[in-house]
Amino acid sequence: MDLVASILIQLLNGVQYGLLLFLVAAGLTLIFGIMGVINLAHGSFYMLGAYMAWYFATMSGSLLAAILIAIPLAVALGLALEWLLIRHFYERDHLYQVLLTFGLILIFEETRSLLWGDDVQGISIPAALNYSIPLTDTLSYPVYRLMMSAVCLLIALAMYLLIQRTRIGMMVRAGAHNREMTEAMGINIRLLFALVFAVGVALAAFAGMLASPISSVYPGMGNQVLIICFVVVVIGGIGSVHGALVAALLIGLAETFGQVFLPQIAGMVVYLLMAAVLVFRPQGLFRKT
Amino acid sequence: MLNPTRVLLAVALVALIAFPLTGGGIFYIQLLTKVMILAIFAMSLDLLVGYTGLVSLGHAAFYGLAAYTLVIVQPGYDPMSILISLPAALAVCAIFALVTGALVLRTRGIYFIMVTLAFAQMVYFVFHDTPLGGGSDGVFINARPLVGWDEWRLLDLNDRTTLYFVVMALMVGVYLLLRRILDSNFGRALQGIRVNEHRMRAIGFPVFRYQLGAYVLAGVLAGLAGYLSALQFLFVNPEIISWHQSGAVLMMLILGGMGTLSGPIVGAFVFVLLEEFFKDDTVFGAFAKHWQLMMGGLIVLVACFLPRGLIGLVQRRRELGEAKHDG
Amino acid sequence: MAEPGPRAPAAAAVPAASSGPPVMIVSALSKQFGGLRAVSEVSLELYVGQVHVVIGPNGAGKTTLINMLSGDLPASGGQIRLGDRDITRLSSDRVSRLGVGRSYQKTNIFPSFTVLENCRLAAQSRAPHPWRVFRRAHDYPDTLALAKKAVAMAELDGREQRIASALSHGEQRQLEIAMSLATDPTVLLLDEPLAGMGAEESARMVQLINKLKAGHAILLVEHDMDAVFAVADVLTVMVEGRVLASGSPAQIRANPQVQHAYLGAEHDHG
Repeated sequence: MDLVASILIQLLNGVQYGLLLFLVAAGLTLIFGIMGVINLAHGSFYMLGAYMAWYFATMSGSLLAAILIAIPLAVALGLALEWLLIRHFYERDHLYQVLLTFGLILIFEETRSLLWGDDVQGISIPAALNYSIPLTDTLSYPVYRLMMSAVCLLIALAMYLLIQRTRIGMMVRAGAHNREMTEAMGINIRLLFALVFAVGVALAAFAGMLASPISSVYPGMGNQVLIICFVVVVIGGIGSVHGALVAALLIGLAETFGQVFLPQIAGMVVYLLMAAVLVFRPQGLFRKT
Repeated sequence: MLNPTRVLLAVALVALIAFPLTGGGIFYIQLLTKVMILAIFAMSLDLLVGYTGLVSLGHAAFYGLAAYTLVIVQPGYDPMSILISLPAALAVCAIFALVTGALVLRTRGIYFIMVTLAFAQMVYFVFHDTPLGGGSDGVFINARPLVGWDEWRLLDLNDRTTLYFVVMALMVGVYLLLRRILDSNFGRALQGIRVNEHRMRAIGFPVFRYQLGAYVLAGVLAGLAGYLSALQFLFVNPEIISWHQSGAVLMMLILGGMGTLSGPIVGAFVFVLLEEFFKDDTVFGAFAKHWQLMMGGLIVLVACFLPRGLIGLVQRRRELGEAKHDG
Repeated sequence: MAEPGPRAPAAAAVPAASSGPPVMIVSALSKQFGGLRAVSEVSLELYVGQVHVVIGPNGAGKTTLINMLSGDLPASGGQIRLGDRDITRLSSDRVSRLGVGRSYQKTNIFPSFTVLENCRLAAQSRAPHPWRVFRRAHDYPDTLALAKKAVAMAELDGREQRIASALSHGEQRQLEIAMSLATDPTVLLLDEPLAGMGAEESARMVQLINKLKAGHAILLVEHDMDAVFAVADVLTVMVEGRVLASGSPAQIRANPQVQHAYLGAEHDHG
């Protein structure tokens, strides 16, 4: 394959990977920025989403059906978690949030192990999307991956509109800045925060579901994605959704190209990027609050 | 002068000394050695988290770096002097702490937690995915370092009981060293930084330098623990750099009681004993395989209900400056 | 307080009581936050033995000004000189080490430490000795002496072993000042030291400030007008980030612009 085609493929792969990271990182940065909670278990939702998709897809034969069943479950999980535990930790030191969510990771991992075992599972790409379209005369690209990117972009757009252009978005932003004031204005902060958390969980889980045919379903997938998303949030700036988008794309492209052209240190590229940002802009590229 | 914690520690020390001498089994001697090494690890983290207020989630990086340095410095079958491998391991940790600390200390709060984790992951990656140090399977160390030089031997670390007492002496030494440092100008400044960093800067302290000093010292002490661990088990694998390890030592710290120095020792003991308990299939049968579920549940309970740890149940937090022992 | 003859309203007066050249010279200092000019071209001079009070309505930029002088906030323009040294770009710890002490409007102490430890830490910054890790912090007699002197000056003796969070509000404000005194400063920047104080505590604070005049150059930001006129040698009135007028208290009282903009409205303040 010629170089141009190769680069084009990697470009598309990098963007697709970056957009997927964005889905997970957006939830993470919102929860950090709005509620001030650090949630190590966020990667576990990605993993749980993927496993749920696999389970229901195996039962029903359709990935789409599986996703439609799993998303409400993810939202329910998010709401339950927030109500039971997370909300009691909003005012507490980050240290205890770290500890709590670390314990949750262990619980989630073992629960998954109990329910679905520890094996790597595969999901087949839905037949309707399981083909490639030609991009040039020598090269074609999987439609499923293009669809993934399109879906992620749509969600990014929807988030932008929601946060910037609606009353709910305004309330969310207000709640982030000044909790007491927003409550005094009669807005139900508790409900708001619960929703934000649940949406964050659902986004991460959905990302896992979406990625599962491509990346397979395996136990460590949550941890891997989490660390990278931490770096995305650090680079993009806490609380900034568009920062997360830019940073996620940057990292997605850097990792993808790194793996092709510099395989030995591909894994390090992300951390080197982070180190560079720390040197020049320790608050991230687009720090909001 | 009868501080309940001090009494507790003294009793524990006596028990620890007496244990192998009164015929404790080899299994428990080894287990306690492992616990005491983790106590050193936890104390080093207490310096950083409990006393300086820097919540690091990447402390396992130093633990692992020191362990792997031993592997790299002593790759063959002939043991080398501890006077070569130990300083090398500690130096590697110090340099890594200096370089990453300078970067990491530009951030605060949530950012700090995340970047320390990320740097530890970087170290994990280096040992997991590159040929340096044997990859994901880990690597064996073929001989224990010699305490001596050329033909002269002071101690034989291959003897379990000797190793036990050496580790115990080091644990006590680290405790006393940190106590002393925390009572010094440097230590008081760290504690001031934890309580009110902004005011410390306003009254004239170059806060960054103090934090970096604490970060390096904590890293070096964590390295000591990692080195001893490699020395004890003669096996090193990248999982000791995983964030499970960083999370576990944080748990030990909080379980025992943060900011007390005795807390991490207690925490290490209780944590390891609980881990052994949860893993015991005579108690939990087939479910023991999923001991991490119980451990996770315990961690959640501690986060919810035991913020001051076990030591916090025993004594009121030592208020700085109160006329107790310093006069 | 001698009253100098008529002179340009923008310059600060040099009363006969002070001695020597100005220890701090602020020239055209400005601070911009995006589109907002919080402080605009402020100039003033501080002399040892003199209390220079900055007054103005809320939002006039007084705290922003003090934040720039202490190094807590970087300036957007202008210059701050300490003697013949330009300190405009220096961080707050360096400014402190050069002899500028600052107290905060919102009490900014170490709540879990004792009163003495609060001051001892501040005094320690003068002789930090961070490398002497085996010497106990309480074994530095000079540091302890400086701390105790600051405690005494702020009239907190007898309270040394109390935990700071257990002090009354007024005592905490005294501790706030004691801490800045314990850094042995030449210049004292006091941001609303009387904040939240009752009549008796305020009177004591006024006495303290007058006591501190000798040996220090004091810049005071305050709202309490009785206190202001009881201590001020020079007054600068700020409105919307600019200096409206500057001069002796009598001059300021008589200035019609000031009366209109601020002093007339003083009854509205709490």
